[in-house]
Amino acid sequence: MIELILSERCIACGTCAKVCPDDVLRTDAAGEPVIAHKEDCQTCYLCELFCPVDALYVSPRTAPDPTVDAAALIAAGLIGSYRRELGWARGRPGGTETDLSYRMHEAFTEPFGEIWKRSGI
Amino acid sequence: MSESTLHLTADVLVIGGGPAGCWAALAARRAGASVVLAEKGYVGTSGATPPANTTLFYTVPGDRLQNDGMVDHRVAPAKGFIVRDFVRRVYDETTVNTELMTRWGYPWPRNETGKTFRGNLRGPDYMIFLRKRLLAEGVRILDHSPALELLTADGVAAGAAGITRRTGDRWEVRAGAVVVATGGCAFRSGVVGTHNLTGDGYLLAAEAGARFSGMEFSGQWALAPAEGGLTKGIIYFSGSFSDADGTPIPHPAVPDALAAGRSVHAVLDRADPYLEDGYRKGQPNIFVYFHRLGGNPFKDRYPVRLLYEGTVRAAGGLDVDERCATSVPGLYAVGDATTREKLTGAAMSGGGPAVAWCIASGTWAGQAATAFARQFAAGAAGLAGRPVQPIGGAGLRPAAKPDPERTAEAVTRAVQQEILPLDRNYRRTGAGIAAALERLDGLWEAARDGLAPPAGATPRDVVRAREAAALVATARWILASAGQRTETRGLHRRADFPGLDPAQHHHLLSGGLDRVWVRRADPHEEAVAA
Ligand SMILES: Cc1cc2nc3c(=O)[nH]c(=O)nc-3n(C[C@H](O)[C@H](O)[C@H](O)COP(=O)(O)OP(=O)(O)OC[C@H]3O[C@@H](n4cnc5c(N)ncnc54)[C@H](O)[C@@H]3O)c2cc1C
Ligand code: SF4
Ligand code: SF4
Repeated sequence: MIELILSERCIACGTCAKVCPDDVLRTDAAGEPVIAHKEDCQTCYLCELFCPVDALYVSPRTAPDPTVDAAALIAAGLIGSYRRELGWARGRPGGTETDLSYRMHEAFTEPFGEIWKRSGI
Repeated sequence: MSESTLHLTADVLVIGGGPAGCWAALAARRAGASVVLAEKGYVGTSGATPPANTTLFYTVPGDRLQNDGMVDHRVAPAKGFIVRDFVRRVYDETTVNTELMTRWGYPWPRNETGKTFRGNLRGPDYMIFLRKRLLAEGVRILDHSPALELLTADGVAAGAAGITRRTGDRWEVRAGAVVVATGGCAFRSGVVGTHNLTGDGYLLAAEAGARFSGMEFSGQWALAPAEGGLTKGIIYFSGSFSDADGTPIPHPAVPDALAAGRSVHAVLDRADPYLEDGYRKGQPNIFVYFHRLGGNPFKDRYPVRLLYEGTVRAAGGLDVDERCATSVPGLYAVGDATTREKLTGAAMSGGGPAVAWCIASGTWAGQAATAFARQFAAGAAGLAGRPVQPIGGAGLRPAAKPDPERTAEAVTRAVQQEILPLDRNYRRTGAGIAAALERLDGLWEAARDGLAPPAGATPRDVVRAREAAALVATARWILASAGQRTETRGLHRRADFPGLDPAQHHHLLSGGLDRVWVRRADPHEEAVAA
């Protein structure tokens, strides 16, 4: 579930509130993002992915996560980690071209793995 | 709440902006229609695809082995109903459209030999790519704008009305044809990507008289880490399972072990370093859980649970013909909202076919809806003077006096108590189904008569009430169908009828609101029997 909005990093661009699929995030009168309906959060990390400055943190736990500690997460390099793993930057898609998912399909049992190995176009 | 209403007119209205809705909107636009796409969430992040990263099946022109292999390996798990020729057509249509994506600039990855690989669509990248294409093609997108009800003109679909969640403004789109692309229904079980998938499109379509097929093939349960909600199953091809004491449990026995209350642990110990790298770099959405909570899933055992996906990634849904038309004139349906029995039989549709079906069904429905709008409604221009009727009932317009006890939350919880408990629902019994149906019939009557947004309702309240009504209706079509199939076949599991009965190679159609009906229909003549 969404746990943190790091106000010292946030530039109040409103993107997270715009893209959240479940209407969890809203912007207040000053344009700052607020967690309006935490109970609706589906733990999809998409707000993190679209944030241009890594100012959000979503815990992988689907229930509220009392262990979340901003300083510890920053020290561990976990803020924005999903975005970096995918290769997105400043809210823009990136990294599809180096996706290694084909290795999973190659590993399937024969002859299916063979089919995938030759299935490029 | 604001009272203003946005009035729009379009040749084709698409409800739902997951991949199937996006492809329907693109096809309609490319066929020359004016198109409005209304989405409950945000087109690009909403629906089952953006958090998932999906495998895609397609054919390769001229490669017999690849093409036959792709089609043939689906037959055994399908346990009947699958139509080989239909599967091939779906995958061929997918190939044509991924070629379009290439022309539009999709950055396909390449494998070690330098060949492009189209077999994976990273969820968020793919959906944002489609969003940009929709805008470039001139589709009008309404984000955060759930549809609440259909509009009809003399029994013909003529548009829809809804609300914008952010402002409370109402919207109304009059259209020459409507495409339902609202996905499946996962009953708010907590599966990542399914929070908006509450069966709304089923209810809208059923109120207009549409019917369903294969709703009993909705027993799609999927593994997630014990505290997580992402139900990606592909990693378990390289996994081993054991109980709390470390006693091994074979993969197929895992659901029954969990249903019996045993704790089950997984470890991905059968992946070599080449494959481990492929998993980690290909599917970071899976590994963010372990990265953030600590632990190495390739070495350390971790507890798992099963979450219900309902009709998402399953087989049943709205019954459609070869052009994706429902039984209601002017009303089309695509993707997870439809039955996928001809494509995957009684088996789950995820893992390749479902994503191909979104592309193919979207394309076919977009074209057919455009042709219908042109012929029947003479295009958007002919719509203006047509008298239309809003037809939404339960949750929107209570039949009797609003009952303050019947909150959307209470109704949702009551449905969940019938449909989510693993011990009663992974394998169903005739007696269990009958008892649950009786309670759900009572719940439907109470919801139809008294469920309404409270006084001073927020837009969220309005949407929640309608969603709760859709959840009750969907649970009833599922259970009524499950009661009629006295055998175990694919995603339909009966504890009291554990074997497959070759005499039950028939479809089960269903529908109805106040009185739910189920009847048999013969399979398509080419359907491969189990
Ligand atoms: C974990 C997971 C992994 C998967 N992996 C694969 C895979 O590898 N291969 C594969 O083939 N398939 C896979 N699938 C299935 C695949 O994701 C779905 O088949 C696909 O997303 C269905 O697309 P859709 O457009 O029909 O529906 P969805 O993607 O579910 O989109 C439906 C949209 O309709 C919107 N909506 C709902 N109600 C309303 C309303 N009232 N008004 C307006 N909009 C509304 C929703 O917000 C949503 O955006 C996976 C699914 C899951 C959950
Ligand atoms: S994790 Fe997903 S649902 Fe939760 S706040 Fe972020 S975008 Fe919204
Ligand atoms: S996307 Fe990031 S920077 Fe923009 S408002 Fe949200 S938290 Fe702040």
